[in-house]
Amino acid sequence: MNTTATSHQLLAAELAADLNSHFDQVVRTFQQPLYVFALRMTGSREEAEELTQDALIRAYRALKTYSADRIRDMALQAWLYAILRNLIRNRVRRHDPRTEPLHDGHDSLAGPDDIESGYEHLEQSVAMRALIMDLPVHHREAVLLRYLSDLSYGEMSAVLGRPEGTLKAQVHRGLAQLRERLEASSEAWDLQPAGNVQRQAQHIRPGD
Amino acid sequence: MNHHVSSLTDDAVIAQIRRLGNEDAPENIRRHVLAETGLADQYFRTASPVGDIFVAFGSTGIRMVERAGDATRFEARFQERFGRMVVPTDSPPARLVDQIQRRLSGSNRPPRVDLSTSTDFQRKVLLKTLEIPYGQVRPYSWIAREIGHPRADRAVGSALAGNPIPLVIPCHRVVRNDGVIGNYGMGGPEVKRQILTREGAQPDQLERLARRGARYVGSDTTHIFCFPTCSHARRVTEKHLVGFPNASSALGSGYRPCMVCRPVQAA
Repeated sequence: MNTTATSHQLLAAELAADLNSHFDQVVRTFQQPLYVFALRMTGSREEAEELTQDALIRAYRALKTYSADRIRDMALQAWLYAILRNLIRNRVRRHDPRTEPLHDGHDSLAGPDDIESGYEHLEQSVAMRALIMDLPVHHREAVLLRYLSDLSYGEMSAVLGRPEGTLKAQVHRGLAQLRERLEASSEAWDLQPAGNVQRQAQHIRPGD
Repeated sequence: MNHHVSSLTDDAVIAQIRRLGNEDAPENIRRHVLAETGLADQYFRTASPVGDIFVAFGSTGIRMVERAGDATRFEARFQERFGRMVVPTDSPPARLVDQIQRRLSGSNRPPRVDLSTSTDFQRKVLLKTLEIPYGQVRPYSWIAREIGHPRADRAVGSALAGNPIPLVIPCHRVVRNDGVIGNYGMGGPEVKRQILTREGAQPDQLERLARRGARYVGSDTTHIFCFPTCSHARRVTEKHLVGFPNASSALGSGYRPCMVCRPVQAA
């Protein structure tokens, strides 16, 4: 068991003992990962903020009705993502964000993070944000939970209610689509011979 | 032609996905969640006669008022005093803001205050103080007598010094028994004087009056005596105004105490 999982277990035990005193710690621990997941699922900062707030408020209200034993045994992280993901799904069903413009003005092209990491990353982030939004929802959520949120396949299965095998295939297909589109877009944008693109691309390969 | 080679590895794609997490969650999330779940009270900044103030409130009313300064220290003091978190809000309930603003500019309708962490005695003192009308002052001894602890002037003084909701609970309208304006927790005697002047209580005149031995005033037509700032006393014309150094001399001259400001226990 890794240290994050241990600290989540510890937090669950503290919540079981005294929910009101420790719920702030849940908010502090999970607001960031839940927010970026919601942000990349919806493409909108405003919606992500609302969804994250809503998920945490629902979580608190649910915990209030649970017994101490039940809280202590909870897989807190997966449970929180499940609440958030269901809220996102409900919203997606109401209006499919894929039919809306990718950048609604809230998710501006260059955030402070982009500027810090330099021009190359900025360009990549912009492309990646758009490509993630282009993935079918069930691929998008699987890829994001796996690599943005760092959930195990076991946790993902609990969040999404799909077997691990299915999720592995969906993550695989999602990654493949992202890779293809990235390559296609860099070829389309760079009016350079394919050999150059290839050399540039190899340059960002980790371990080179 | 073999130029569509798979040039990106999965690892490179994954690294790009991970970088999408480099965006800070808005601070508003925590504030909103804690306030919405009732785990924290909220506070906001608003204008007052002594400059901007912080007003902290919960579902049961206003809990703390301070001159606006270091927000972190205000939050820490609140936490220490109430054992609860307090988080700032940019959108306080409009009704509450309105109530406070009206209160600060002369309304005698007291807003809801939460004194649950005060002692019984402190609560009595503070709630009695809440009744003192705008532009008027009362001595410590008046509060002590009105709450049924006629000899507890000093304790009244310390209860007022610990007033968690100054301005809204107008401890600046309580003065020394000898008529001297006295000290003020929210910035010293000068600030107290300034607020009273603004309210039209004329603190300099009050002190002059008290030095000349007139701590009560009456009308020689109605034979009723009052505290000098009582609205009834102010209606008396100059030529009919009589001063008394103490209540017994007024009573001895055949005057009866005003039923509104109650300079002594009304019969």
